[in-house]
Amino acid sequence: MTHYLILRVIAKLMVGPIMLFALYVQFHGDFGPGGGFQAGVIFAAALILYGLVFDLTALRRFASLELLCSVMALGWLLYVGVGFATMLLGGRFLDYDFLAADPVAGQHIGILLIELGVGITVAATMLIIFEVYAGRKIATEGEDDA
Amino acid sequence: MIAALKAHLPILLVAVPLFAAPLCALFRHPLFAWTVSMLVTAAAFAGSLCLLAMVMAGGPLSYYLGGWAPPWGIEFRLDAVNAIILVIVAGVGAVTMAYARASVGQEISRAAQPLFYTAMLLCLAGLMGVAATGDAFNLFVFLEISSLSSYVIIAMGAERDKRALTSAYTYLMMGTIGATFYVIGIGLIYTVTGTLNMADMAARIGELEQTRTIPVAFAFILVGLALKLAMYPLHLWLPNAYTYAPTVVTAFLAATSTKVAGYASLRFIYTVFAADFAFEERTLLFLFLPLGLVAMFASSAVAIFQSDVKRLLAYSSIAQVGYMVLGVSYGNVTGLSATILHLFNHALMKGGLFLAVGCVIFRTGSHSIDAFRGLGRQMPWTMAAFVIGGLALIGLPATVGFVSKWYLVLGAFERGWWPVALLIVASSLLAVIYIWRVVEIAYLQPAPAGVAVKEAPLSLLLPCWVLILACVVFGVYADPTVTIAETAAQSLFFDPGAGLPPMDGP
Repeated sequence: MTHYLILRVIAKLMVGPIMLFALYVQFHGDFGPGGGFQAGVIFAAALILYGLVFDLTALRRFASLELLCSVMALGWLLYVGVGFATMLLGGRFLDYDFLAADPVAGQHIGILLIELGVGITVAATMLIIFEVYAGRKIATEGEDDA
Repeated sequence: MIAALKAHLPILLVAVPLFAAPLCALFRHPLFAWTVSMLVTAAAFAGSLCLLAMVMAGGPLSYYLGGWAPPWGIEFRLDAVNAIILVIVAGVGAVTMAYARASVGQEISRAAQPLFYTAMLLCLAGLMGVAATGDAFNLFVFLEISSLSSYVIIAMGAERDKRALTSAYTYLMMGTIGATFYVIGIGLIYTVTGTLNMADMAARIGELEQTRTIPVAFAFILVGLALKLAMYPLHLWLPNAYTYAPTVVTAFLAATSTKVAGYASLRFIYTVFAADFAFEERTLLFLFLPLGLVAMFASSAVAIFQSDVKRLLAYSSIAQVGYMVLGVSYGNVTGLSATILHLFNHALMKGGLFLAVGCVIFRTGSHSIDAFRGLGRQMPWTMAAFVIGGLALIGLPATVGFVSKWYLVLGAFERGWWPVALLIVASSLLAVIYIWRVVEIAYLQPAPAGVAVKEAPLSLLLPCWVLILACVVFGVYADPTVTIAETAAQSLFFDPGAGLPPMDGP
């Protein structure tokens, strides 16, 4: 990919805005279309684009499989953790009303945290799938391994 | 504290394994992961027993998630039927988890072990969720959680035998088709009733039974669940998946996953669709009855010719599913009690048998029938467990197998179908043949010269014997299981939980 100058420059320009858009979809989820699933996929797409153009090694430098695995587990814990938090605060599982003194504010906090958990997990899982498959190709073709 | 725990018990049974699973993935240490899994499954077992006691004493109960009361929100609705299923899943989960320490330690590489436990806990959470939920779409979500994680844990058998990968892939294909069929059926019902809550669906379907949509939805849901249940012509994924999966996985899935799918079918046949739904009556008579009988004979006959003990037991499982399907086909309370009894009893005996085979695998590294040569003397405790489990499978008096077959025969007489009763007895003879083949090789053939096989360690024998002894205890002292099964069958037939107010919050 080192020869494709246009591709590299455009990709470099795109990665940032794609991530920004992912965050917009993530946090706008409670007002309009969007939410954790879509945002997670878009966010991962930015990094996958980076990995495709600049090589898997470059991607793995800051997003190793071990790190992604932990991030995935953390997002998942955030989701279930909110459920347990609402129970400890006296409500039912995932009853956001109890997260704040005002039920409406509680609903807002609840859905934000839940969607964040989903977004983190989806993004990490997408990247794990990509890295595992892409890494496999390198291993079988005998090129320089990551 | 106790009151709060009790009030949240239905969701805790699902949420605690769901919370523990990522912990195992986060702190990737085999011993930590096993300890967490062991504690969680033991707690889930205690919780499910408590829930069963609550349901048996106080009737059905309902819990809803979030702040959304049913029929809008997701409801967990528990009666005797799913309470006993929860006990099966959590109980077998706890026993196999105790067994897993040594068995998984040998069969799966250290690096993969924490992730293995993560997937096991997820599978447990999914199965518990399917059993507990009263929401048809939520059931689909939990079914997928349990299925996806079971594909993973089956594929982990690939460290010993690469064929685990293709068997997991076949199961993935078949399982996905099943789940898709199920969700198409739910979609069809949703278009005409506008609800996803099972109790609400049941109330609304009554007036719509004459439409074309409802029978089509019924067919889709039933075929989808039958794939998961491994009902006779849809069982092709099962033998390979059970044969090549790691021992713990085989024992756990054989004892729980088909049971949960069986429960879900019962829930749809009786609770969601009314029992007097004419299309359903015909389905039971012209589909369930013949297919159940064919499964009993065809699969047992295939089991006789297997040269691999795990595969032999897998085919026997398909035959046993045939008995369950047969019990449903009677369309009376006795038949249904027999089915529910057999769900419980078969989980005990098949779990115990697979764990016994696991002991042999632990010592000899093989599950081929040749590896059993002379083991009767070399591994006396393991083979004794296998023999008792086998006798239960055959249905000898004083074992659980006898209890379920007794009720199955009673149900057939009640319906006036005495040839069916004869066929049940005849098919048990086939079980005698395939169990005898293993017993003969183990006890009557000499061990291969120069190979000394030691008895399995206590950490494997103990869990195995817990299930095997349960086979005898609940065979001799069958009152509790029979009472629960009859209460469950009654509640499926007459549904005292209809119009039940949701459980009060804490």
